[in-house]
Amino acid sequence: MSWSYVLRRIAMFFAVVLCAVTVNFIVPRLAPGDPTAAVLEQLLSRGQQVEGAADIVAAYRARFGLDDPMIVQYLRYVGNTLTLDLGTSISYFPQSVTSQILTALPWTIGLLAISTVIAFGLGSVVGALLAWPGSPHFVRSFAPFLMVLSAIPYYLLALIVLYVLAIWPGWFPLGGAYSGSAPSFSLNGLLDLLYHGFLPGLSIVLAGVGFWALGMRGAMIGVLGEDYLTLAEGKGLSPRRIFFGYAMRNALLPQVTSLAIALGTAASGSVLVEVAFNYPGIGYLLFNALKSSDYFLIQGVAFFLVLTVALSVLVLDLIYPLLDPRIRRQ
Amino acid sequence: MRAFLTNTIGGTLRPLANPRMSVGVGILLALVLLGLVGPMFVDVRLSEPISVRTNQPPSWAHPLGTDSGGRELIAVMIAGTPQTLKMGILAGFIGVLIGTFLGLISGYFGGWTDRIISAVTDTMLTIPPLAILLVVAAAVRAVNVESMALIIASLSWMYAARVVRAQTLSLREQSYVQMARLSGMGHMRILLAEIFPNMVPIAFASLVGATSGAILSGMGLEVLGLGPQNVPTLGMTIYWALLYAAFSRGMWWWWTPPVLILVLLFLALFLISSALDDFANPRLRSSR
Repeated sequence: MSWSYVLRRIAMFFAVVLCAVTVNFIVPRLAPGDPTAAVLEQLLSRGQQVEGAADIVAAYRARFGLDDPMIVQYLRYVGNTLTLDLGTSISYFPQSVTSQILTALPWTIGLLAISTVIAFGLGSVVGALLAWPGSPHFVRSFAPFLMVLSAIPYYLLALIVLYVLAIWPGWFPLGGAYSGSAPSFSLNGLLDLLYHGFLPGLSIVLAGVGFWALGMRGAMIGVLGEDYLTLAEGKGLSPRRIFFGYAMRNALLPQVTSLAIALGTAASGSVLVEVAFNYPGIGYLLFNALKSSDYFLIQGVAFFLVLTVALSVLVLDLIYPLLDPRIRRQ
Repeated sequence: MRAFLTNTIGGTLRPLANPRMSVGVGILLALVLLGLVGPMFVDVRLSEPISVRTNQPPSWAHPLGTDSGGRELIAVMIAGTPQTLKMGILAGFIGVLIGTFLGLISGYFGGWTDRIISAVTDTMLTIPPLAILLVVAAAVRAVNVESMALIIASLSWMYAARVVRAQTLSLREQSYVQMARLSGMGHMRILLAEIFPNMVPIAFASLVGATSGAILSGMGLEVLGLGPQNVPTLGMTIYWALLYAAFSRGMWWWWTPPVLILVLLFLALFLISSALDDFANPRLRSSR
């Protein structure tokens, strides 16, 4: 793996993060009104007594350097964000935005990572089988079904799954991630987590499988015409070995590239799935933040969403050369 | 397998004869008709809150029932579906316009222009669109359909830019483009007169994808309560249903129609886009 490749990917990671920070910095400042006054107004509207509001605004402007030149404010904001100082949550006052997000984030990452891996793996195998001439006939009848599923967004599928498997027959819980007040770390606790996580996960997997299967089918069709497959067949290798070791392995490469691109949309989608299932990840946190207009928390969730996706993309990009020797040699 | 092949190839030569295309266009037309013809039968003003009795299940008087805010749900669907379509098509169109422009410039001029535009495109592709939209919509708050379309368009140009760039790269080397350059034609004229006309089918194909993506983003904002507040939308109906616990209260008539219409809409756009892909992307056609 060449150093310039690694450096370029790392630079891109920081570009994405900087982009998110900049949007967080600029957008509220474009909106009319004074941020401090807005926060105070919000505290007032929640029935809290604030005396000498004008003095407080002035003091806060000085304290947070809102009278400094824009560029100084910007650099300070970037510094604060990169050290994960994202301010104080209003709806969960006096907790910090970061602490709120860090309790919610593992749920999101767990749900998203596990279901994306399942969807990717399952979809790729099914897609490869769809294109493989030797696969049983019934496999091909899946194709239209998968196409329909891949067209439906996560969130809508989540609502349908919620109704069809939880509300109507009562097989699964309506929401949440665990029974009781806290998850317990025992075998029963683990089963309980799986029981609660199954439906949100299922909606992400169902929506994703079709997408990966269609992509894989396309890539596989491209690979099937290659000479090395004819050679492998001529050498007398077993069909299973040709399928997994030669055809699928090569067709997987473009899939990994699209995984990096699809992660952003997947993360957006799973945030909404959490809202549908009251799953205690950052999506649910976000929904509450929006209900109480907790702007710092909204910004914080947006930033962490970008950060998580950017980090995963960076990891994928660094793994990619290990899968594809051609990139390693460049 | 052979029948499948001939069907696919035959279908791509006549895009409207493609079954996927006709089903997709059919669903889309039905949804457009719902918005056009519906107001003749149902008073869309009933889509405003407190205009009918609350929480009524479907009946002759209320074909789709009413919600807890006192809205006639059939009126909400008839008023909301065109808003969703309008927002999606507007955002998709602006997005593809930006994308085509950037893709043409980046593919044609190459060099540093290309490197910068491509890097920005790749960077933007990995950012979860919801994250940016959230921050903007939460700061602006009072959005209408048009301003929401603009905000969403600023995040839906990347795929068009990529496809158009790739196509421009190969067209740039075509002999008729080289001929035009040799005959002293200016860059702008070559781009507009020689290259752009070849982009129309590709731009049109990515318009469908961009529209679908824009509706997806718009729906995401609406179900979080960040959509337009002055008109009824499908996503907002789901938001209210969720907020008022329509699920656990057994009010299935509240959330089923918007979910169904949105599913049909996404399905239609997907079918059209996959049929157009076969048509516009010669590489895909020859590989099948």
